[in-house]
Amino acid sequence: MTMRLNVEHRTHYTYNAPVPYGLQQVRLRPKSRPGQLVETWDIEVLGGQVEVAFEDEHANSVDLVSFTPGQSEIEIICRGTVTTEDRAGVVGPQGGFVPLWLFQRSTDLTKPGDGTAALVAATTRQDDDLSTLHALSALVLSRIPYSTDQAAPDLTAEDVITLGHGVCQDHAHVFITAARAMGFPARYVSGYLMMNDRVDQDASHAWAEVHVPSLGWVGFDVSNGISPDARYIRVATGLDYRGAAPISGLRYGLAGEAMSVSLQVQQQ
Amino acid sequence: MLGKTAGGLFWMFRYLERAENTARMIDAGLRISLTRSSAAESEWTAILSSTGLKSAYEAAHGAPDGPKIIDFLLRDPGNPGSVMAGIETARTNARTVRTALTREVWEAVNECYMVLKKLLAQPIADRDLPRVLQVIRQRTAIVRGASHGSMVRNDIYNFCRIGTFFERADNTARILDQKYYILLPSVRLVGSASDNVQWDTILRATSTTRAYQTLHEGETDPRAIAQFLILDGRLPRSLAFCYGKIGENLGFIAQEYDTRHPCHALAETLCHKFKAHDMNAIFDYGLHEFISDFLADSARLGRQIEIDYRFTE
Amino acid sequence: MCRLDGMAKQTQFFDEMTGRGNGPRAPYEDYCAWFKNEDTARLLAKSEEAEALFRLIGVTFNVYGDPDATERLIPFDLVPRIMAAREWAKVAKGIEQRVRALNAFLHDIYHRQEIIRAGRLPAEMIARNDAFLPQMIGMTPPGDIYTHIVGTDLVRTGDDEFYVLEDNARTPSGVSYMLENRETMLHMFPELFSKVKVQPVSQYPRSLRRSLSACAPNACEGRPTLAVLTPGIHNSAYYEHAFIADQMSAELVEGHDLRVVDGRVAMRTTRGYKPIDVLYRRVDDDFLDPLTFNPDSMLGVPGIMDVYRAGGVTIANAPGTGIADDKAIYSYMPDIVEFYTGEKAILQNVPTHRCSDSEALKYVLDNLADLVVKEVHGSGGYGMLVGPAASKKEIAAFRAKLEANPGNYIAQPTLALSTVPILTEAGLAPRHVDLRPFVLVSPDRIEITPGGLTRVALTEGSLVVNSSQGGGTKDTWVLEE
Repeated sequence: MTMRLNVEHRTHYTYNAPVPYGLQQVRLRPKSRPGQLVETWDIEVLGGQVEVAFEDEHANSVDLVSFTPGQSEIEIICRGTVTTEDRAGVVGPQGGFVPLWLFQRSTDLTKPGDGTAALVAATTRQDDDLSTLHALSALVLSRIPYSTDQAAPDLTAEDVITLGHGVCQDHAHVFITAARAMGFPARYVSGYLMMNDRVDQDASHAWAEVHVPSLGWVGFDVSNGISPDARYIRVATGLDYRGAAPISGLRYGLAGEAMSVSLQVQQQ
Repeated sequence: MLGKTAGGLFWMFRYLERAENTARMIDAGLRISLTRSSAAESEWTAILSSTGLKSAYEAAHGAPDGPKIIDFLLRDPGNPGSVMAGIETARTNARTVRTALTREVWEAVNECYMVLKKLLAQPIADRDLPRVLQVIRQRTAIVRGASHGSMVRNDIYNFCRIGTFFERADNTARILDQKYYILLPSVRLVGSASDNVQWDTILRATSTTRAYQTLHEGETDPRAIAQFLILDGRLPRSLAFCYGKIGENLGFIAQEYDTRHPCHALAETLCHKFKAHDMNAIFDYGLHEFISDFLADSARLGRQIEIDYRFTE
Repeated sequence: MCRLDGMAKQTQFFDEMTGRGNGPRAPYEDYCAWFKNEDTARLLAKSEEAEALFRLIGVTFNVYGDPDATERLIPFDLVPRIMAAREWAKVAKGIEQRVRALNAFLHDIYHRQEIIRAGRLPAEMIARNDAFLPQMIGMTPPGDIYTHIVGTDLVRTGDDEFYVLEDNARTPSGVSYMLENRETMLHMFPELFSKVKVQPVSQYPRSLRRSLSACAPNACEGRPTLAVLTPGIHNSAYYEHAFIADQMSAELVEGHDLRVVDGRVAMRTTRGYKPIDVLYRRVDDDFLDPLTFNPDSMLGVPGIMDVYRAGGVTIANAPGTGIADDKAIYSYMPDIVEFYTGEKAILQNVPTHRCSDSEALKYVLDNLADLVVKEVHGSGGYGMLVGPAASKKEIAAFRAKLEANPGNYIAQPTLALSTVPILTEAGLAPRHVDLRPFVLVSPDRIEITPGGLTRVALTEGSLVVNSSQGGGTKDTWVLEE
């Protein structure tokens, strides 16, 4: 089954004072790959300009955007059309130069602790890796139900386990941390999901991928209890949220920031 | 050239000039306290005021006292405006802009610092003071000489010169600001005129006593002193001379870069004031007002140069 | 009248002037002939003159954690270390081979990691290496050069025995001392240089400029603009940063002078922002770019790694080259050289025990009094144990550290480092030395300045030559053929 998805994604930042200098790393360009064909994709920046575009170590397309000096707002608009295919979450073998052992490294956000150990202990080992990982995914969701209460971008996996609920990013972090503790290379994925019942989506989405010897990378969307299908557009990957964040930046001065996102994903 | 470097050069030479000027003022104070002890306290106060360090001194030491003031201005580690602190700041700036300096200039600054650091490590005994002040003047003169003799006449040199003249003009203006009232025609004192200790302070603090006497054949007259320090283009410490040089040096940079900035127009306006005015016009306008205006204009020009040549972000 | 008598016959160490105590070796013949007619008092006076000169020029370094001595001189000894052309040729050939291998190794580690696939290097050596930067994976720097500037530390133990002690592929320092030492010697003993023909070193700044320019990125238009990035005047090596920038006519910049402008890294000049093509940076990887590495860094340039990956700037040395300075990697250097060059290593490695290995650890613990133990990531002579020179108490304390974290240490036999005489009040006296030649790597050539920096342990019997530990330096002469 294939789908043709139209995306319009606007991220609008406003500041309570002019920003003298600022930069943002934008990881918002999906790439064509088996199961995902990017027909068109454009990024427009209002109140800033793209300085350089490059590929990072995970082969994500990154745009470095600078603020127009003295601006107090900046908007990044992505528009595009992507044809997707349901491959039951299977992404395939590791490409590029990143050695698989790198995906077993813990990061600040995915440092395993007692909470992770308890999750791993409670996961029923199945005959095949895939079933084990699905069991882990189900366990994470049952112990950490989806809730947007107290959502914060800097929660670590252990924080989330303690808190007992979370959003897609938190689920992905907990799942990655546990999968690594079980010996699997695992990574964070940011992207888009077309929710069936609506055009206006709340926010961009996040899930996890685990490398299993027989299949290569396989996706797990813990929050939705499934592997990604044709409704998913994969945009960027990294060891955790920080490595794959759609936008991460730095600015001079003391201006406070407010952000609003509007996202439409619809089938054509 | 980096904007930071231009700023570093400008400040390096300002600090050197300031340290030298402070030494000249200490010399003036010392001379007055030796020869006219009754006037010493008020003259020391005037000197402190014109260095801008009066309140810092009072906070630390209270009432004006010759030896304390000398130590405060010369080397007190608690005084960031001391001669020693100025030399140290100049040298730190020199290290920052090391690549823009010739080896001669750098070595002259470094040696100046090393010599004075040793010389000023302890409070100076009265009998050693004249020699110490002489060493300060000599060491700063060597830096000036080294820059004259070894630096290419490009933007680097011009920023150094602008720093020097900026500080020097400021210094002359601040001394005049302290003493303007004794130069006013209305308060000319009949009879005692040629023996006015305050005129002496002004001329000594700017090290212009001899030059004044040579050019005015010994006749001391407040109006002539004002004329001399403000408008006389022959005197390297007069406001007119310093601003002539600042205008000239800014002009060279504009020529080298083929670009004029707002600071150029501002400098021209300021230079014009000296050309267009004679002493009568200044007295009519008000000497105090003229000097106050000058200090404000000069500060504005300093900020504009800093912006135009990107000393900082 | 100076005499060589002070150099009593000694056989334990190889002395570069007198061999094993048999009078001047060939490279020193002319020097010794001159020296015999000199007067010790005059030379000691010259020595003071040299110190005054260094202080005036400002050839100083800052010692971390020593607020009272913010600017210190590295002691300079005026007896040169002299090598014959033929001795040098072999050393230079060995260094060139090693540096070539290092570059190939770095390229490989950040690409396919063939050496690991081939089973010649365990993956943990990279995975556990803090200097490995994932952000460099897949990145090929302009000209495919990773280590533009290398300072290989060598020690000599005999007439024809040289060992590599460290590779220093990250940011070797000391080149300013090599140049200033020579200038000082020329200034003090002009007559000596007319008697002894010494290969010059003064071409180094020009070579550095040429070598870095040859690695300019594609974005460069016209003549490459170079700059030296320093952490600032409080850095221990600030003098050297200013010196290098001055000598190669490049701007000396700090992080706050730089910005990303129109896709390039540009410096704020009096005429606006000007793009930099090649940045010789003396700022550590972690502080280089707050957007990619340590977000709290004030020393770096936000976005420089992005511009770098996009091909807009050359960073020398490349970020992530420090993996080659790791002392555990060092122990694999003979394999690394062989893997990438297909030749046996010309220069020997010091046999190295990796304490992460339990058998090696046992051996090291049993023989602490005879070994030199170093931290895997250490440098500057900090945190090391020189067994034969250490007290029982020091050894016991070090044993505890070693047992607590064996993976953090390697151990090597104590080498019989060669000596070169220094001038003391009592005349000549032998002191241990090492040698750091400086290597420049560009796509078309590897250039090694004849000689390098000789570091000397000024305390009798000491084997630690680091300036931070009280070592001094000497001028190093390679004679003309």
